[in-house]
Order: sequence, then structure tokens, then C-alpha cells
Amino acid sequence: MPFGPLPAAVPPSWYLTLSAILFALGVLGFLLRRNIITVFMSIELMLNAVNLSFVTFSYVLKRVDGHIFSFFVMVVAAAEAAVGLAIILTVFKNRQTLEIDEVSTLKN
Amino acid sequence: MQLWLIPVLPLLGFLLNGLFGKRLSKPAINAIAVGSVVMSFLWVVKTLSGLGAFSGGLEETYKEHTYTWIQSGTLNISVDFAIDRLTAVMLMVVTGVGALIHIYAVGYMAHEGGYYRFFAYLNLFMFFMLILVLGANFLLLFVGWEGVGLCSYLLIGFYFLEKFATDAGNKAFIVNRIGDFGFALAIFLVGNHFGTLDFQTVFAQIKTMPVEASAGLFTAISLLLLVGATGKSAQIPLYVWLPDAMAGPTPVSALIHAATMVTAGVYMIARTSQIYLHSPWALDIVAIVGLTTAFVAATIGLAQNDIKKVFAYSTVSQLGYMFVGLGVGAFSAGIFHLMTHAFFKALLFLGAGSVIHACSGEQDMRHMGGLRKYIPITMVTLLCGSLAIAGFPFLSGAASKDLILEAAYEHAPWMYWVGVFTAGMTAFYVFRAFFLTFFGEYKGKPASGHGHDDPGHGSHGSTHESTPHESPAVMWIPLVILAALSLGGGFINIPHFLEPLFPAQEGEPARWLEYVATAAGLAGIGIAYLFYVVSPSLPESLASSFTGLYNLIYNKYFVDEFYDATVVEPVVDGSRQLLWRMADMRVIDGAANGIGTTARGIGGILRRAQSGYIRSYAAWILAGSILAIAYIGFMGAAR
Amino acid sequence: MDAILFMIFAAIAVICGINLVVQTHPISSALSLVGVMGALAALYLLLGGEFIAAAQLVVYAGAIMVLFVFVIMLLNAGAEKRPEIKPLGKYLGAPLLLVFLGMMAYWVERLMPPSSPVVFGAFQGGTAAEIGRSLFTVYLLPFEVTSVLILIAIIGAIVLARKEVD
Repeated sequence: MPFGPLPAAVPPSWYLTLSAILFALGVLGFLLRRNIITVFMSIELMLNAVNLSFVTFSYVLKRVDGHIFSFFVMVVAAAEAAVGLAIILTVFKNRQTLEIDEVSTLKN
Repeated sequence: MQLWLIPVLPLLGFLLNGLFGKRLSKPAINAIAVGSVVMSFLWVVKTLSGLGAFSGGLEETYKEHTYTWIQSGTLNISVDFAIDRLTAVMLMVVTGVGALIHIYAVGYMAHEGGYYRFFAYLNLFMFFMLILVLGANFLLLFVGWEGVGLCSYLLIGFYFLEKFATDAGNKAFIVNRIGDFGFALAIFLVGNHFGTLDFQTVFAQIKTMPVEASAGLFTAISLLLLVGATGKSAQIPLYVWLPDAMAGPTPVSALIHAATMVTAGVYMIARTSQIYLHSPWALDIVAIVGLTTAFVAATIGLAQNDIKKVFAYSTVSQLGYMFVGLGVGAFSAGIFHLMTHAFFKALLFLGAGSVIHACSGEQDMRHMGGLRKYIPITMVTLLCGSLAIAGFPFLSGAASKDLILEAAYEHAPWMYWVGVFTAGMTAFYVFRAFFLTFFGEYKGKPASGHGHDDPGHGSHGSTHESTPHESPAVMWIPLVILAALSLGGGFINIPHFLEPLFPAQEGEPARWLEYVATAAGLAGIGIAYLFYVVSPSLPESLASSFTGLYNLIYNKYFVDEFYDATVVEPVVDGSRQLLWRMADMRVIDGAANGIGTTARGIGGILRRAQSGYIRSYAAWILAGSILAIAYIGFMGAAR
Repeated sequence: MDAILFMIFAAIAVICGINLVVQTHPISSALSLVGVMGALAALYLLLGGEFIAAAQLVVYAGAIMVLFVFVIMLLNAGAEKRPEIKPLGKYLGAPLLLVFLGMMAYWVERLMPPSSPVVFGAFQGGTAAEIGRSLFTVYLLPFEVTSVLILIAIIGAIVLARKEVD
């Protein structure tokens, strides 16, 4: 980030950097957490970060398409969340556990 | 003239019997096998009479081109068959005696298993032998040479369930191979120097060369050819396979190891006589090798107890005589002896087979005796053969042997005396066998005993009593024919017939040479009569007073053991240790297995990626995507 | 003024994000995520995306997160025990991410086209009218497809989560 006295408004690149940080945090959560639901929430965090990035670019390019993309991302995230949580419910019913490491029957 | 029919007819017999023999009936197999050889014989007669061989014609070689085999650059080898007077003699002997033996074998092998296989192999042998004799170039001769070696192996090991039979077959083939190696080198030398392998061309070229020019080359070729001949014709040092070859059925011994295959070496030297004449030194070696072999083999034959082994050593000895004939320059005498030997040796072997058949498989002469009451026809015919080989006057053996001895005297008198002594020994051991077999009391075992060298012969059914019985007509008729030939064959004037090829020696040999040789033969017969009929205890006492010498002879001078220790064991050991353990197991197998193990190892490492843990998958995806982004970024997108 | 607003909401977002990763109990993580979404909605407003900000709050924070909370409650997920991180993740994951971040920041700085700083109200194209116009003309097909997608998701969720009828 450029150093110096705080300007009155921030350049859009700062928004993008924030998006990157949030995305990285999402990945970290995905890799480090063991509870399936928490992993899922990390995925949502990643999607949000990407949304921010879209809207920022929409501002930079002065077009509305970024907003549309963001809209669609939200729709898809909703669908995915619904189905994903249903799957988690099924997994929990079958294995009585929410640890992501226990679901490893695809081994080898 | 369709010369190719002569070898191809037996080949057809081989194919038919070999492929369909299992389903054919015995008469059909007989018809095919015997018929093909007889037809080949008839075709030979027709061809030869057409060429005028029986009426003084056939002065020049008649050559027939069948097809071009190899054509590569300047090398041009075709399948050509040629007949000249030498070939004519060989053809008549091979097909004639061959046909008789085939007929005999029908009776002899009647109770054996593998009937069709036997005749198939026998026909195949005839095919190769005829190729050998008819071939008009070195390569075709070599093809026949190798082929008869193969058939010899197949037929010696005919009773392949017995280990000693297969061992004998292996021994024959391997020892032959050593000789073949020399022969092959000789062929290379000829091809390299003369640019062609065709007999006519090569010999025409040689005729124009002076005798002393390039004597080194000719000596080399001659000696290498001699190596091949010693292998095939069982001379020192490669004779050791012939006595063991008696493990095969008796017709095989008669055909291959008496009349035809072992004479191939003699034929080959006679055919390449031009080369030998240009290297007198090599001819001397041929004669010495022959003489030594004749003498040594005769001494071994004195003490053998198996009737077939006696005749086997006799064959080696007589082949030695033929080599002496060739070596002193009397090529036609050598060929003459080849022909007469074919008659009486085939007769002796077939007769021995008849004796063995009569005694239900017994081959040890110490268990025979007094058989003249039971098998008179066999006895008479064997008597004819024995007289012939002993050199009884006017018989065939005497005629040819005397010619050789006379020529030997011309060349070097000491050779003559050694030859005469050997002739005496020959007469002795042949008549020893005769008297032991046919005179005295029958010491045979009952029918249930198995002859130790003739294993397949025991299953003769309940009709077999313990008394010996005469052979069927199909067996004694060939014996009678061969006996007639042994008696009268001496009157076929082969040396005169072969004169265009081998100029006759000048001068009349001294009369007394003939008489001394004949006397030696008669002396041998007399001594044998003394030892085995008049006072049978004499041989025992003689053997016990000279035990050392007797043991040496009886154990064939321990030559086999010597070869075993010096050649066989080192080769087998070296092969096992060096080639098998190190080269094969470590290097080759190691490489092949190593590839497999490496693939497995790599697979094992790569398998860790499939851990089943979702988080590790995610981690790999992340790593991959970072790499991809970094690559794209640094490659061009980030400018 | 815009800068200060950005700073505040950015800080909230980052802190809530860290909280999401660090907390052991899922419900705490869920609430942190709600916080992130709220902060992001404010940032969208700054960027002129009124409709998106509203959609974010209504759909994301209001529906999806409620769904998450319901499931957490249904499964009675307890606090996670002390996590044992695989060595691969521990020694590779975090440094990799830092590298990733650094790379992205670097490129963002270099590749951004020069543009004016973000001022609230500078971009007027994010109104509902604009979005609607674009959605129903240019992006009509994806719109319809996503509606089908939602239908499929509903059916899928119902099929997966129902009790077995014997």
C-alpha cells in the first residue's frame, strides 16, 4: 500500500487488496478447519470476496455488468448452500460425525 | 531329368507320415515310408540309366538347376543338383541299402510305440542324405550335412523316455556340431577366396592353379574340412558319439551309423579331392588320422560284450580304413570300401538286430550262445557278412580292403603293416562275436528279462517263449539280399568306374601284399575259433593275466571320462556360473524386473496424492492454482 | 470521508474473517460471517452498488446465513476439539497463502488502469433500474438458467434431506 498522509478517498486497488485478503482468509479456513460446516462457511467467505472484486471492477469500468455477475454469484451460492447443507445432513445421518477427515472413503 | 524328385519323394513320405501318421493304419504307414524310398531308388536307376551310367556314359557331370536360393550382391547360390560318377555310386548305395533297411524296419519295429514317428524320421533322414549327395555346391552339401545330424539326433533319442538314449542323442549332435564348426569355417574360406561355392566352378579354378601356390590356404581349408569329416565320420578325436549312438533302434544303427551318414565325411573328402591334392601335407594327416582311428577302435572292439558296441567300434575302424584310402591318394579305393562296407556292415547290424529280436531284447553276448540251432537264416547271412569284413578272399570286403592296403604300401610301408595288423584284429573280434553268439550253449535269460540297451522291446506278448525264434520273412529277406551283395559286391569294379574322376595309380602292386593281408584275416578267424570254440576258458585266463591292459581296452581308454573332465565339465560350469547367474539372472532379469519395480515405486509415490482427505486435495488445488497464476503472471500477463 | 468509511468497514470485514477462521464453535463462525457480509454490504454502497448491497443483506445475510444457523442448531454441532493440523497444511499452507497474497497485491498495483479514487455517488449505474434493464435484455438467458438452477437445488435439497420412506 502506498505510504503517505491519508487521502480523502481510497483508490480502487485497495478494495481489490481487501478482496484478496478475504479470499486468503477463506482458503485458510478451508484448509485448517475440521468441522464441515465451518469449511462450508469459508467457501462462502471466498465467494463474497470475489463479489467485492466484481463490484469494484464494475466501478472502475463504469459498467453495470459487474453487478450482474455478482448477482448471479449470489444466486448460485444460495443454491449451492442449500444442496451442500442437505448433503452434510445426510453425511451426518450416516456417519454421526462432522469431522471432515472421517469422510475419507475415497482413499487410494 | 527331374533330379529333385530323388530327395523329394522321401520328403513327401516324411510329411505324410509325420502329419497324418497318427491316424493311419500300420499298412498305410508302411506303404508310404517304404514306398517313397523304393520309388526314389527306382527313380535313381531310371535317371542313371538315362544318363548312361550303366553303359559307360556319364563322363561329364550332369547338372540341373532347380531354383535360385540366395542372390545378394555378388553372392549367388542356387539349389542345383549334379550327378557325376561319384554321385552315382553314392546314390545307388544310399537308396538301395536304404530301401532294404526300410523293409527290414517294418518287421523290426512292429511292436514298438511311436511307429509312424520312426518312419517319418527315417524318411526325413533319407531326404537330407540325398540332398547331401546330390548337392552341387558347398552350401547344399552343408544343408544335407546338418540335416542328417539332426535326424541322427532324433533317431538315436527315439526312445526318448530313457535318459541314456536322450543323452546319447545329445552327445551325437553336440560332437557333430564341433565338427560342423570346422566345416563352416572351411566353407567361409572357400567362398571368400573363390567367390563362389559351386563345386564345378571352384574345382575348375583350382585345376588351373599350380600345386605349390597358396598351399597355406589349401592346407587350412583341407584341415578344416577334415575336422568336419572327423565329426561326422567318427574319427579321432570326435568319434565318441558313435558307440553311444547304439541306444537307438537297430535299423537306425544300420542305416545311419553304418551305411550312409557316417560315410558323408568320406564322400565329402572325395568330392573335394582337388583341394586335398593341392596340399599333400593335409592328405598325410588324413591318412594318419584314419590309421590311428582304425587301430585304436579295433583294439577297443576286442573286449566289448554288447554285440552292437562291437559293430559300432568296427564301423569306426572301417571308416578309418576309408580315410587311409583317401589319405594315400587312392580316392576310388576309399569309395569302393565305402560301398562294400555299406553292404556288409548294414548286414551285420541288421543281423545283430535279428539276433536281438530272437533273444527278446538281449544284447549282451555273454548271455547268448548256441543260437545256430534256432536262427539258421540269420546265422548264414551273418556268416557271409563276417567273412566279408574279415577279408576272406574274393569277397567284397577283401577286394576293397586290399586295394587300400596296396595303396598304403605305395605311400609308406609302415602304414601297410599297421593296416594288416588291424585287419587281423578286425577278423578276430568279428568272429569272436559270431562264435559267442552262435556256438556253445545257450546262456540266455528267460523272456521276462529286459535287454539293458533295448528297452522298448520287452512287450512282446504272451506268445514269446524263452527259446529264441527266427525273424519274420520281412526281416530275413533284406538280410539275404545284403548277404548276396556282400559276397559278390567285390566284382563291381568301382575304381574303374571312378577313373575319370580319380586317375588310377600307375603300376601293378606286388602280389605278396594281397596274400599277407588275406593271411592276417584268416589268422584272426583261426584265433577266434581257438579262443571261443575250442577252449573257451582261454580268453578268461588271458584277460586275467593282463588285467591292466584289459581294463584299459574295456573302458575304451577312458576317453569319455577324459573329455568329460577337460571339456564338458568346464563348459557346463562356466555356463552355469557365468552366463546363467551373472548375465542372465542379474543383468537381463534385473533390467526387466527393475523396470517393473521402478514403475511400481513411482506409482507408489504418486498414490499418496489420493489420500481421501478432502483438505489435502484442497491444498493441492491451491498449490497448483498458485503455480498456474504465477506462471501466467510472469510469463506475459504482467507487463 | 470515504476513506474513513472504507477503513472502518474493511477493518470489520477482516477482523470478522479472522474470527471465522479462529473460532472453535461453528455458531461463532457463523455470526462472524454475518458480520463480514454486513461490512461488505456497506462497501458495496460506497462503490455505488445499491441493489447489490440490498441483495447481499437480504439474500446472503438474511437467508443463507439463517440456513447455516438452522443446520448448526439441527446437528447440534459442538465446539471443535483442538485441531491437529496436518504437517502439510501447517508448513505449506500458510506460507503459500502469504506468497499468494503478496503476488496478488503486487499485480493489482501494477495492472490497474489509472482511475479516480472511490467516492460515494461517483458511479450511478448500479440502480435497480439499470440492473433490471441489463438483466432482462442482455443477460436474459443466464437469468432463466439460474432460475432452473434454483429449482434443481430445491428438489435436490428436499430429496437429500428427507426421511427414508419405507
